[in-house]
Amino acid sequence: MDFLRPASWEEALAAKAEHPTAVPIAGGTDVMVEINFDHRRPEYLLDLNRIGDLYEWEVGEDSVRLGASVPYTKIMENLRAELPGLALASHTVASPQIRNRGGVGGNLGTASPAGDAHPALLAAGAEVEVASAARGTRLIPVDDFYTGVKRNALQPDELIRAVHIKKADGPQQYSKVGTRNAMVIAVCAFGLALHPETRTVRTGIGSAAPTPVRAKAAEEFLNAALEEGGFWDNGKIITPSVAKRFAELCSAACNPIDDVRGTASYRRHAVGVMARRTLTWTWESYRGTRRASEGAA
Amino acid sequence: MRVNFTVNGRPQEADDVWEGESLLYVLRERLGLPGSKNACEQGECGSCTVRLDGVPVCSCLVAAGQVEGRDVVTVEGLADYAKQRTEGGCATGACGTSLDAAQQWQAKGTDSQTGEGTELSPIQQAFIDAGAVQCGFCTPGLLVAADELLERNPNPTDADIREGLSGNLCRCTGYEKIMDAVRLAAARQGEAV
Repeated sequence: MDFLRPASWEEALAAKAEHPTAVPIAGGTDVMVEINFDHRRPEYLLDLNRIGDLYEWEVGEDSVRLGASVPYTKIMENLRAELPGLALASHTVASPQIRNRGGVGGNLGTASPAGDAHPALLAAGAEVEVASAARGTRLIPVDDFYTGVKRNALQPDELIRAVHIKKADGPQQYSKVGTRNAMVIAVCAFGLALHPETRTVRTGIGSAAPTPVRAKAAEEFLNAALEEGGFWDNGKIITPSVAKRFAELCSAACNPIDDVRGTASYRRHAVGVMARRTLTWTWESYRGTRRASEGAA
Repeated sequence: MRVNFTVNGRPQEADDVWEGESLLYVLRERLGLPGSKNACEQGECGSCTVRLDGVPVCSCLVAAGQVEGRDVVTVEGLADYAKQRTEGGCATGACGTSLDAAQQWQAKGTDSQTGEGTELSPIQQAFIDAGAVQCGFCTPGLLVAADELLERNPNPTDADIREGLSGNLCRCTGYEKIMDAVRLAAARQGEAV
């Protein structure tokens, strides 16, 4: 095994171009487990710890450019206002020690259907910034990024530089099912974001299909129902039948398996419950801020 | 490969390190510092917790090559580390814990029951006084994590303590005595100020 230690992003891309089989390692919370257990013996390890750019984030007008290696701890501490869904998701990752090392770039690189960040990214709307020495930078919409179980849209010579995540324009929520609060791989997870500016709702489902997915039929149904009932303007409580139908459609968007963490039917059920709850939580929050702004006016 | 890094305030060099080796393995097998414990090797148990540039991490998940030029504190150096923190830095210019001292470090002192005669960090003394040590395997990781928690948050609520130690598993006891120990250390820290 060779240990490659690029000091800059350009050097890292050059190393990845020269050794396309090199396995990038940043927080190490996935890669080192595989090496410790002898599940993987990469020819090259490509250490990204020395590349300071990957640990920085920029808050722009409409989105946050989050460096691939920014640890979950920093997201929780610094980006709760801009990225509330991702901050909540980050807080559910493993333990403080793991959150100090792991980041969203690694979650995307591993592309496990159970990765905690994915539902929040899908719900908020995001693009993955990847780069190669030969072709430069490209942006991949997060919806197109997950291509299979632990597979993603990266080319062998590409590395993940950052994620561009839309800043929240409304309430966001994240929910995760596990046997305890800490150190849990999701049985299933659900992210929901209200986007009042476009009058749309977006969702993300984790660990209940071969890849993280959006519940698109559920989103379309809810968007139409909210529009038709004038909910965005009148701020009424969501009709229970609408919430119920939304939950059913979210369950239907799952394509889960039975495994050690849970059965397929439990996952479908739990995703429906989380969908209904996160919708209620976010909608109540939206109504609250509406009332507050009306009161001020 | 060779790895140069700082351990407990002193520069160290590890040779013949395999590229896929963990920091934990280097500490235990190359430098002879067995305080950081090896249990799950997958970041689940926290018994290998060390500070890497001040931040608590599972040393089993840090590749040895990633610590080149960086700063590691292990449980063997915790007493000195805590002392320096209290004194606001290193007055003599010769602080930290030498490899020899670290290899021989024990909490026993002249009285193995109370630890008297050894210089302990406040969190170590609190663990002894509260009876928070049973088999002792999880203790080093808990000490490093709890010490950092109190450094960051001198007056933690019970919820803060639970969350701060949520990455450290103890299989002997409930966690009640460990909670007691952290509360005790926090209270003593508050009195000292």
